[in-house]
Amino acid sequence: MTTIPILSVRNLTAEFQLANKKNARAIENISFDVMPGQTIGLVGESGCGKTTTLMSIMRLLPANGRILAGNAYFKGNDLFAISEQEMRDHRWKDLAIIFQGAMNALNPVMKIGNQIREAILLHNLMDREKADARVDELLELVGIPRLRRDQYPHQYSGGMRQRAMIAMALACSPELLFADEPTTALDVMIQAQVLELLKQIQIKLGLAIVLVTHDLGVIAEMCDEVVVMYGGMIAEYGDTELVYNQPQHPYTQRLLESFPDLSSPGNYSAGQDLMTIPGTPPSLSDLPAGCRFNPRCHKTIEICKRMIPNSVDMSAPGSQKKHYATCHLLNRDELKAYDQ
Amino acid sequence: MVISAILTALFAPLLTPYTPTEVIRDSNGDGLTFASPSVHAPLGTDDAGRDIWSQLIYGARVSLMVGFLAGFIAMFVGSTFGILAGYFGGRLDNLLMRITDVLLVIPDLPLMLVLVATLRQMDLHVSPLVVLIAVIGLLYWTSTARLIRSQVLTIKERQFVARARAIGAGNGHIIRKHILPQIMPLIVANTVLIISTAILVESGLAFLGLGDPTQPSWGAMLNFAFDRSAITNGAWWFYLPPGLAIVWVTLGCVLLGNVLEEMLNPRLTAHHLESNKNMVAIQKEGDK
Amino acid sequence: MNRRDFLLRKIGLSLVTILVVVVIDFMLFRVLPGDPIRSVIGRNVRISADTQQALREQFGLDKPVFPDQFFDTLGQWAQGNLGVSWSLRRPVSEVLRSKLGNTILLIGIGQLLAIILGVTLGLLAGWKRKTALDIGALTFSLVAWSIPTFWLGIILLAAGSTWFGFPTVGIISPQNTGKPLITILPDLAKHLFLPTLTLTILYLGEYMLIMRSSILEVLSEDYILTAKAKGMSDWQVLWKHALKNAMLPIVTLIAINLGFTVSGAIYIETVFSYDGLGKLFQTALTKQDYPLLQGAFLLLAVSVILANLAADFLYVVLDPRVKET
Repeated sequence: MTTIPILSVRNLTAEFQLANKKNARAIENISFDVMPGQTIGLVGESGCGKTTTLMSIMRLLPANGRILAGNAYFKGNDLFAISEQEMRDHRWKDLAIIFQGAMNALNPVMKIGNQIREAILLHNLMDREKADARVDELLELVGIPRLRRDQYPHQYSGGMRQRAMIAMALACSPELLFADEPTTALDVMIQAQVLELLKQIQIKLGLAIVLVTHDLGVIAEMCDEVVVMYGGMIAEYGDTELVYNQPQHPYTQRLLESFPDLSSPGNYSAGQDLMTIPGTPPSLSDLPAGCRFNPRCHKTIEICKRMIPNSVDMSAPGSQKKHYATCHLLNRDELKAYDQ
Repeated sequence: MVISAILTALFAPLLTPYTPTEVIRDSNGDGLTFASPSVHAPLGTDDAGRDIWSQLIYGARVSLMVGFLAGFIAMFVGSTFGILAGYFGGRLDNLLMRITDVLLVIPDLPLMLVLVATLRQMDLHVSPLVVLIAVIGLLYWTSTARLIRSQVLTIKERQFVARARAIGAGNGHIIRKHILPQIMPLIVANTVLIISTAILVESGLAFLGLGDPTQPSWGAMLNFAFDRSAITNGAWWFYLPPGLAIVWVTLGCVLLGNVLEEMLNPRLTAHHLESNKNMVAIQKEGDK
Repeated sequence: MNRRDFLLRKIGLSLVTILVVVVIDFMLFRVLPGDPIRSVIGRNVRISADTQQALREQFGLDKPVFPDQFFDTLGQWAQGNLGVSWSLRRPVSEVLRSKLGNTILLIGIGQLLAIILGVTLGLLAGWKRKTALDIGALTFSLVAWSIPTFWLGIILLAAGSTWFGFPTVGIISPQNTGKPLITILPDLAKHLFLPTLTLTILYLGEYMLIMRSSILEVLSEDYILTAKAKGMSDWQVLWKHALKNAMLPIVTLIAINLGFTVSGAIYIETVFSYDGLGKLFQTALTKQDYPLLQGAFLLLAVSVILANLAADFLYVVLDPRVKET
């Protein structure tokens, strides 16, 4: 049974023109698929290109951003091949986004209810009365009392504002939702609530979600598949369980290792340090030649310094579950050829 | 721009063939009034036959001096208020800020006019210029005070102040060694702007007749120009140059001040609606 | 602190300011050397010693300054009795009232134009940052700020009258005094044109600058990005989201400007011999007509203070966030 992916990103490459005339290659060759109703996680350190990926797909890059190559197929149509006007039609109605730090993403002098309603009316989905009813519905969906629709953002708590953002994002019943670090600025209890909410909404509405975060735990909880990014490129991509249990890329391995295992504290003997990855992520305007992780990699070999590795399919033969990793070590043929 | 003005003022005597009060006489020995610009007097003469060019150059001295002095007074008062209010906070802060607010609301010119008029009648035996400087300086410190105060507030919260206190440094010491160096650049930038205001204000007051009649300043020149019907006489060389001079210096100060401020508070990032026509910069030919 | 407290505090401040103004005004008379009676009746009038004494008693100048004279004067002022202008030989309050309208006309139109033009320009300049429009507008306002008010007036007056035949003096031509408003409207307009133009040019720059920086700040806020993500066009975002937020500082500016506009009016009215409060003030100054000076100062200062207060009220209404100052 083949359904077409709701979003299919291919070879997406984008860069920023910096103030010092240099160019920062923010993302390179990003490819992944999202199936309807699926949740994909984008995970990686700060600055690895997760947000840029989302903004590129929605064509909301700032004034100094450029999409250099690639395609973003939404239900088969390349979003990069249409005009800005047509893109505006797609925005929110088909794909919506919840920004990082939603605290400030709401207009402080406009009532919450009106802001949500505006999204609906903008795309001419229904008349004002019905739109008002829908706003109430949405607020209820995210657990905000209807009475509070006429309040202003500063009268809401942080968690409530985030939920209001979610409500607003769902206003036009999009099929795809981008959630950029939706829980980062919230405390742990609220975090759990918001995530739970997202899960429920997804089940209820059959929504596909692309979740960006640097928290591996959240990914484990929420995502069917995960994309591990480093230095603007994909290090590993595949079914969450597979990636977590059998990480193939050295970066993923170290990343998982550095996550303290709270479930069995006894595993750490006294005096054992927390595992960290030495070094810092590369500057995107001064990228190393070859594999971007190689300066910090504990398994690096000669070829890593010179050539960017190709993506290697590590999935078990016949399995439906994806698993790709971009590392020279995994490519036996390549290694053999190299040794000669 | 500012440098040229200052230099001109300093070297005034070297640049002018006449003193401002000397009357140029023509071949008949009569005062040469309202003569258009000529070789003898590059900018013509005023209603009493005095050389405009000389007046302009000498006037620079007065205008600039008043502007600078008043500006410094304002800066001094303003910074002191700002530092005290920001550093000590609490009721002192409240009090100082209320004073600032009160002063801000009262319209500036009427207040100044009233004060100057009163002071002059008091037979204080000081040059009218001193009165001007004092009044201007004492009324325009408010913006400086506000600015410095908010800066001090931010600095106060920073780590090194707490550390300095922890090792037992006294308040005065902290202010001098830690806070002042940080806010100095801002004070300088602000002072430049205040000076530009002061020059403008001085010219205004002089225009209304409140300057020193014996010393030409640019504003005073315009006062004479207006009163002695230079306009109806078509003597544009009388009223044009002083004004231009004022604009020149003021603009120079403003630009300087803005540049300084920009250096300290740069706004580099673009806003969300800045156009990005090339966002999708993909080559269309040779696609897959 | 909520809105009510904010407003109460502002009212309190205004009252204190008014008090300060009153005190300053009051002291105006008293600090002059020599006989205060001179200030009341003018310096050049000769009167006998007896008359002087009688006048002294009449004006209460033989009583101690504080508290008697002070409160007496306050009482008088509160009743609208501001003394008599000796140079014009009419009660001060009457003189003020007759010229008030003219000044309001001038200031009102000038400010309104400056606001409309300045805000629009500022909006465009900020939106299209770093384009020719922006840079041109910036240059213009910088230059405009550096020009002394009265000088601009002089230049425009000279140019206007020489090249365009605009009248140089007064509000209306003398032959039109007393005629009904409608008939003299064109004449009025001609007389008003140059002074208003001067006022507008000067204040336009300021509004433009403030609006521009306000818009720049607002447009960098996250909720603008949200609006764009919702699918709104640039123009829609500006109109529906940015404008309201960006206008708030303008309201404050208008309030602050009221004080400066009054100052500007003094200069402009002098240059154009426009018969309003500003010219009155200047005349009082040069003629040393202290009752007039006092009264005019009181009126000007108090009206500016009250206008500022009104602007504070307006701000509270517009911004739901206002809680603590």
